[in-house]
Amino acid sequence: MKILVPVKRVLDYNVKARVRPDGSGVDLANAKMSMNPFDEIAVEEAVRLKEKGLANEIVAVSCGTTGSQETLRTALAIGADRAVLVQTDADLQPLAVAKLLKALVDRERPMLTILGKQAIDGDAGQTGQMLAALAGLPQATFASEVRIDGDLLEVTREVDTGRETLRMRLPAIVTTDLRLNEPRFVTLPNVMKARKKPIDIVTPADLGVDTAVRLRTINVAEPPVRGAGVKVPDVATLVEMLRHEARIL
Amino acid sequence: MTSLVVAEHDNIEINPATLHLVTAARACASAVHLLVAGCNARSAADAAARIAGVEKVILADGASLGEGLAENLAAQVLAIAADYSHILFAATSNGKSVAPRVAAQLDVTQISEIIRVAGDDTFERPIYAGNAVATVKSGDPIKVITVRITAFEPAQALGGNAGVAHIAAVADTGLSCFVRREVSKSDRPDLTAAPMVVAGGRGLASTENFSNVLLPLADKLGAALGASRAAVDAGYAPNDWQIGQTGKVVAPQLYIAVGISGAIQHLAGMKDSKVIVAINKDGEAPIFGVADYGLEADLFTAVPELVVALSEAP
Repeated sequence: MKILVPVKRVLDYNVKARVRPDGSGVDLANAKMSMNPFDEIAVEEAVRLKEKGLANEIVAVSCGTTGSQETLRTALAIGADRAVLVQTDADLQPLAVAKLLKALVDRERPMLTILGKQAIDGDAGQTGQMLAALAGLPQATFASEVRIDGDLLEVTREVDTGRETLRMRLPAIVTTDLRLNEPRFVTLPNVMKARKKPIDIVTPADLGVDTAVRLRTINVAEPPVRGAGVKVPDVATLVEMLRHEARIL
Repeated sequence: MTSLVVAEHDNIEINPATLHLVTAARACASAVHLLVAGCNARSAADAAARIAGVEKVILADGASLGEGLAENLAAQVLAIAADYSHILFAATSNGKSVAPRVAAQLDVTQISEIIRVAGDDTFERPIYAGNAVATVKSGDPIKVITVRITAFEPAQALGGNAGVAHIAAVADTGLSCFVRREVSKSDRPDLTAAPMVVAGGRGLASTENFSNVLLPLADKLGAALGASRAAVDAGYAPNDWQIGQTGKVVAPQLYIAVGISGAIQHLAGMKDSKVIVAINKDGEAPIFGVADYGLEADLFTAVPELVVALSEAP
């Protein structure tokens, strides 16, 4: 079984986003970039399925600039076998990425595509579901447990009311939630090995996909700042304040 | 222009999130229709018809829609999508699963988690875990939107008198099937709708402390219980309690953060609360940066004291 794992290069989750003064976006110049944490969970899950003998090939894919090769190397170091970079300098939105991935799904014919539930830059949370819709495939979003038995997939999902389990036939699309697994640390020998693994480069034009921007960003601003309030010395003062100043109790 | 609101419901009652959706929908277009897609959902549709500001309720009732499977629900929305300028979903686990499928099949972009309607094609939405707010403009003929519920006031649940139109439920796509649901049973108010929330972090240090220390405070206030990601990851609290960028977004009248340091991604889920109280023994914790009232103290003594103080007459 082949698994496709789309990964995105994003501002590292430990770095605070700085808004450009001209309101044109978030300043990424010289900022530390990393793999989207939810995608890292997706790569880890694919590798675990391979280690259990349930998969025999893992293909990582990223859509973006040449810088995304670095992210693909990370995926290869975690355990992906080969990678595809859909190279473009264009501003890619989820619908465009989903179309690019659909073209790759048609080409690679994976039984399972597993990707993060959202990227921590745009926070859109759309790509997996859009890919599923375009490919006419079943989807299981927000996965916290993935079980495969033959061509049947059972996924437990984290939903607002608790947990929900769905069953579907492969091929299918799964998006990962936080508690699906804890990604392993990448070791130096695996980083070295990853350097020798192949990265195939294609363009959106090769895949016949128009990536034109559909949602124009007019402005990006800092959120309104919530000022710090006061420190209270003890519980009695806190209750007094809540009752008489905030009038909340 | 007419907006379509895809109602959140359990076939019997309308989820309060739907009321907030109606407010967002009215900001997008002058007329609002509401789709109730479910199984034996007549009473939910009747409740929907009473929401002020709703012109028409469309009820699609059939077995394929009983468990809220994303593939079937998306097909149901697509069956009537062409009649609308805006299609709005709540940014809940259901809405987030279905809306992108609808948008992709209409070949339009989706606008996620809007917090403000600035015009019929222009919206504000948080990005980077709420560290920036983007204003975006859609050129698509149909705007498919998910709405951050806490950013919009609820419409009146009563006062409307819409007609209920029946449409045929779509056939089961057969793509996925429902196996089971483990619903966290609780007599407490729903976390996303509760006027008061008491949330615990890693500082609680165990599941037992959540029950022994936090629970009495929540009981005293009639508050919902929440948790930080760290506490959920550590197994102290169930996943559906998680508040933050990747969990639930809440904006209650009173939010009490206990033993929560205040990571960026947690603040993203609660910083729009009206009054924030933080109890933490680390005076440098970032949570104090957003708290209206901060108490630097050991939670294991402060919280029981607070429960006692709240029991005393003002």
